[in-house]
This record gives sequence, C-alpha cells and structure tokens, in this order.
Amino acid sequence: VRRLAIAAALWLGLSASSQPTVNDALIMGDTLPPKLSAFNLMSDNQRLGEAVQPYALNTALFSDYAEKYRGIYVPKGQKIGWRDDGVLDFPVGSVLIKSFGYPADMRKPDEAVRMLETRLLIRRISGWVALPYVWDADGKDATLARAGKRMEVSWTHLDGKPRTISYAVPNVNQCKGCHDLAGSLTPIGPKARNLNDDVRLQNWVSTGLLDRMPANAPAVPRFDDANAPLEDRARAYLDVNCAHCHNRAGPANTSGLWLDWNQPRDVNFGFGKRPTAAGRGSGDREFAIAAGHPESSYLVYRMESLDPGIAMPEIGRNMVHTEAVSMLSDWIRTRK
Amino acid sequence: MMYTPYTKRAALWLLSTSFFAGSALAGTIEVAAGPDAQERLQAALIDAKPGDTVQIGAGRFDLTDGLSLDVDKVTVRGAGPGATILSFKGQKGAGEGLLITSDDVVVRGLAVEDSKGDGIKSKGANRIVYHDLRVEWTGGPKTTNGAYGLYPVESTDILIDKVTVRGASDAGIYVGQSKNIIVRNSTAMYNVAGIEIENSYGADVYGNIAMHNTGGILVFDLPNLPQMGGHNVRIFSNRVTKNDTPNFAPKGNIVASVPVGTGVMVMANRDVAVFGNVLEDNGSANVMLVSYVSKFDDKTYNPMPRNVTVRDNMHGRSGFAAAYGGSPEANAMLSAGQFAVLWDGLDSTPPSLRVTDKVPTLSMGFPRQGAGPAEAKPAPADLSGTPAMPEPPMITLPAAMEAAIQ
Repeated sequence: VRRLAIAAALWLGLSASSQPTVNDALIMGDTLPPKLSAFNLMSDNQRLGEAVQPYALNTALFSDYAEKYRGIYVPKGQKIGWRDDGVLDFPVGSVLIKSFGYPADMRKPDEAVRMLETRLLIRRISGWVALPYVWDADGKDATLARAGKRMEVSWTHLDGKPRTISYAVPNVNQCKGCHDLAGSLTPIGPKARNLNDDVRLQNWVSTGLLDRMPANAPAVPRFDDANAPLEDRARAYLDVNCAHCHNRAGPANTSGLWLDWNQPRDVNFGFGKRPTAAGRGSGDREFAIAAGHPESSYLVYRMESLDPGIAMPEIGRNMVHTEAVSMLSDWIRTRK
Repeated sequence: MMYTPYTKRAALWLLSTSFFAGSALAGTIEVAAGPDAQERLQAALIDAKPGDTVQIGAGRFDLTDGLSLDVDKVTVRGAGPGATILSFKGQKGAGEGLLITSDDVVVRGLAVEDSKGDGIKSKGANRIVYHDLRVEWTGGPKTTNGAYGLYPVESTDILIDKVTVRGASDAGIYVGQSKNIIVRNSTAMYNVAGIEIENSYGADVYGNIAMHNTGGILVFDLPNLPQMGGHNVRIFSNRVTKNDTPNFAPKGNIVASVPVGTGVMVMANRDVAVFGNVLEDNGSANVMLVSYVSKFDDKTYNPMPRNVTVRDNMHGRSGFAAAYGGSPEANAMLSAGQFAVLWDGLDSTPPSLRVTDKVPTLSMGFPRQGAGPAEAKPAPADLSGTPAMPEPPMITLPAAMEAAIQ
C-alpha cells in the first residue's frame, strides 16, 4: 500500500509538471469561456503556462505601476509573421496574455505578488477578441468580468511609502476603447519596434516562433534609458501610451492630436496644437505642446491630473506616472 | 413584473415557449436602481443584442465609472428625464458618462447628471437618435463642470430632439465632424455655448431655446482636424435670448473666446442661413459673422465665413453690453450703438455675407484675418446689398429615425 502511495504521488507529481495541452478548440471557437482555466494557458501558480512565450516591451503602457506578465501563445506549427510597422502578424489561434499584479513591496517585485487580473486577446478567424478575467479570491482560477470591476489595492511603493488605489479592470467596451483601429480590435504593444532589443526577436526567429527579421529592424528605446536620445524616448512613450487612441484611425482621431511613432513633427503631433474638444482638459493652456514650455503644455497637464474629466489616458490610470511626466517635461523644455 | 434587478425577459420567453422563432427577436433587458448599479447596467449594455431595449427603471443610479454601448440597433430607455437619473457624481474614471460607439442606437427618457467629463458622447455612431433627455451639472455653471452635454462626433445622420442641457463648461449640445444633422425642440441653458455645430456638413437647427448661455448657437469650423470645411447649416425658428452667463470655459478652448451676450455666431463656415429666429437681450450682439482669429498652420483650412444669409429674424434689444471691444472704454462706446449684428469686416470677393434684417450692423473693420483689437476700425455697415444666394437644402433623415420616437 505504501509503495502504491509513493507511486501515486510520483505520478501526480509528473502530471503536475507536464501541463495539459492548450485548448486550441476553445481558442478558435466562438464562445466566451467563463473561467480562464478552460484554456490551459496558465500554470497553477497564476503564472504563464509552459506553452506560452513570455515577453517584455521596450516601453510599456503605464498601468498604475502594476507588474505585468506578458506572454504569447501561438498554435503548434504556426509562426508569427514579420511586419515593419504596426503589430506583428499573429496567426489565427494565437493568444496574447497579460496578467496584472502588485507585489506587497515594489522594491521586491517578485515577492508576495497579489495577482488581480489576466487579459486575453485572442486571434480568431473573425478577428481579435478581448476577454478580461479577474482572479478569484482563492487565486485558483479567474472569472470572466466583461462588465469590468473596481478593486482596492495597497502596496509599499518604490519610495518605501504605502499606496492605495481603486484599481479598475476595464470592461470589454473599454478594451475596445484603446484597442480599436479603424473599427477593429487590435493589439497595441507587440510591434516589432517595441519588441526589438537586439536579442529577443533574433531568438524567436531561431526557435521558429517568428518567420523572419530584416537587418536594421526598427527599435524604440526604453523611455527611462538615460543613454538613449530624449526625442526617441519621448516618442516611444507617446507611441505606446497615447497613440493607440491618438492616431488618424483611432478612437481619438477627431481630436486632431496624433502621437504615433511615424507622425511628423507638425501641428497634429502637438506642437502649436490648440485644444479641440478638451474642455477643462486644456487647463487654461493654449497648446498640447508649447515648445520650450512644459508648464504651458496641456499634454503635461492632463498627464499630471487624476480627475476623470481631465486625466489622460481616459481609462486605466489612477496614479500619475511621475517618471514619465518628468522625462516628457524635459523633452518639451528642450525643444525649439 | 419584476424579476431580479437585471432580467432578460426575451431569453426566458424563448426558453419557455418557442424554439423555432429564430434569434432576431427583440428583447427587453430591465435594470432597476439599487446596489451594484455600475456592473448591472454595464453588463446589460454589453449583453444587449441588436434589436434589444435596455430599459432602465426609475430612480437614481450612482455610477462609479463611465458607461458604454457598442452594440448596433439598441434602444436605451429610461422612465423619463425626471425619473431615471444616472448620477456620475462619484465617477472615478472615463472621459464621459455614457459613450456610444455603435450604429442605429436610440437613447431616450433619462437624465445624466454631474459627469466629470462629457455627459453623453457618441463617436462613429451613425443614425443615432437622442430624444427626451436631460444632461445637467447640478451645481450650476462652473469651470469644473464637464465640457459637452451631448457630444455626437464623426457620425452620419444625427437626430437630437427634446433634450435639455444645463451647465456644460464648453457646449451644451455639440455636434462635431459629422454629416446630416437635426437639432430641434431642445433647450440649452447656463452653458458656455448653448448649441454648437462644428466642422460639420448639413445641419438643421430649429425650434430650440438657447437662453442664459454665454453664446446661444454657434456654427464653427476649426483647422487641423480630420473633417474641415463646415457648410450647409440652417439656424431657424429658435429662441435665442438673454445669453448673459459670463464665459466660464477654460482658456485655450475655442469657446473661451466667445463674448458674453452672443446670440448666434457663425465662424469660418460656408452656406449658412440664419432666419426666422427670435433674437433678444443678447448684450454683445444677436448675430456675429466672424473669421477664425488665431494663427493657424493648415493650407486646407478656410478661416472665413462665406455665403451666409441672415434674414427675417425678430430682433429685440441687443448690443447694449458689448463684451468684444478689448477694453472697458471700447466696450462702452460700442454698447452705445446697440448693434444687433456684428461683423469682423472681412469678406470674400465678391462679397458673400448678406444681412437683410433691418437692424444696426457694425463692422469691426479688421484689415485681415488674425488682426488684433488695435487694428480695428469699427464703423456701421450695411450688408443688405449683397445679392441673394441659394440657401442650404433641408435636412432629411432616414424614416426609421423619426419613427423611433413617434
């Protein structure tokens, strides 16, 4: 009996380390599974499963200092297609996974992480579908929360002081609010230029995850890389944090303020751009960017505010990203 | 009959009686006031299928975030603008109270109060109908109020009927970068701009009351935007009176430049007709015809008003408290003339601004677009000699839109 118990324990141990295969049928189907576990994409400690390729971005969307755990799942035998501009070409059946959590102390980012939500962007035949899952209290599974949710979150910040915010899980319409491009849902982060760090994509090509990569592939710097040109850092930040709405085909196109990487430096890029429908978001300032004068630029004013009628981005921000505000202020101050 | 606060009657009916009726049956999703209003109401707006009605019960809904609808052919209906109150006083996120991004939507019978940003915004939402609504900032006119009450943008076919907006720190009813628009039977009070049609093609604005705003009805065009060249706008049969609220818009916004006491203002548009309105007690002027005044860098933009007709309006007292003169002394001098029509003095060649109302008209005599107050040479003017020109066509909307509110 004892031997049997040991054998059983061994067998259980083995089965736990080799995860069940990812549920491709569910990914490719047209249902909205109520539980995250149904996909078999995650490990049993709330982290990415074995079949998922973790990745990071050079410059990421600011999400109230949450730790983000990103992964890509591509079905067996498929490859991601290279694209010079825009998001890489993910084959049907791919899933982009992003989990959001807060460590108890941000100076120890890997310890005592409270996982809040995991968002899936699934590439189906009909297009991309966004599914936000909120982790259950016991942390064993996560439940689809299409209508969004607010949760109080506390942690010790990088400065050693406590922080508490009302963290907002977006509803599915708000997902589209950022992920909309000319009427279709689309990913934001995984663009070649934002993934390219001279190592990551080369590895993906060699492991067969990515089909090819040209020489001299574009790259944006980390926004906080003091060794990179300030102009590029600023543009990288605006591209990732603003341009998903503020581009010619995005949800904020009617503002006429377009902040994507390829926008020439003109009125529509903010220099000398007067407010269109900003309301009190203009903060009595005349221009989005007044060259030389961050204190007169309403782009900065809106990033410094937490008032929903003023703050930009409109959703997903309950804190000021002080490091970015400071970098962008330096950038504006030194522009002519 | 009341089930749980959030019930899907059609689904129950389908389950109980019929399996072969198909899936296109319109249903009603009821949402009652009570706890968790945010999640229940937002869930209903997400779960609604084309053809459904989201029926919002009477009472006050205390909302913590913006609401949004992205499903075509949905009616959102309350128990009336005095009964169903969506309060955003405790709003923590989102740039508006309710955001609509789908086509063929009807919103009626409810009130949106105290949103931190705009009240109701619809973007890329064609054939939208707004009927019997109230959008209000309940603390009166304040700089901290949201910008727009009703804010349809980048849409074709818009009907706004029987809507009241109070307290917007920009425009009460603002239609931007859209086509084929009717704004009627509505009331705008205590906003900076009452009703504003901006960068839009084809609008009939009639039967409205614009009172106690800074400016009553504005027809504007701005540079550096995806849709420019606003034209074909008719402003008729409105009461535009006592627009006397001091401008409380944040500086930098275009409406911050509107002088208190403005009735109807036409800026940088072509083919505009202003006729048959009652215009009275507007301290600066009942009608203003002006060019865009700021510097701009956009070769495709025309800052001038062109082909504008002002005729057959009933004028009461106006121009008695001019606020556009640049200094108190200048304002006092201009007020003495009690000018009902103010023109900046700029026109195209040949002239295309025609005013046949028999009221005093003032030209500011600016030498060119963008000139400052120091260059003004104000003098009485007469624009009645400009030859008559064709007026914009009447706006017709798809019959289903009118039928939706019959």
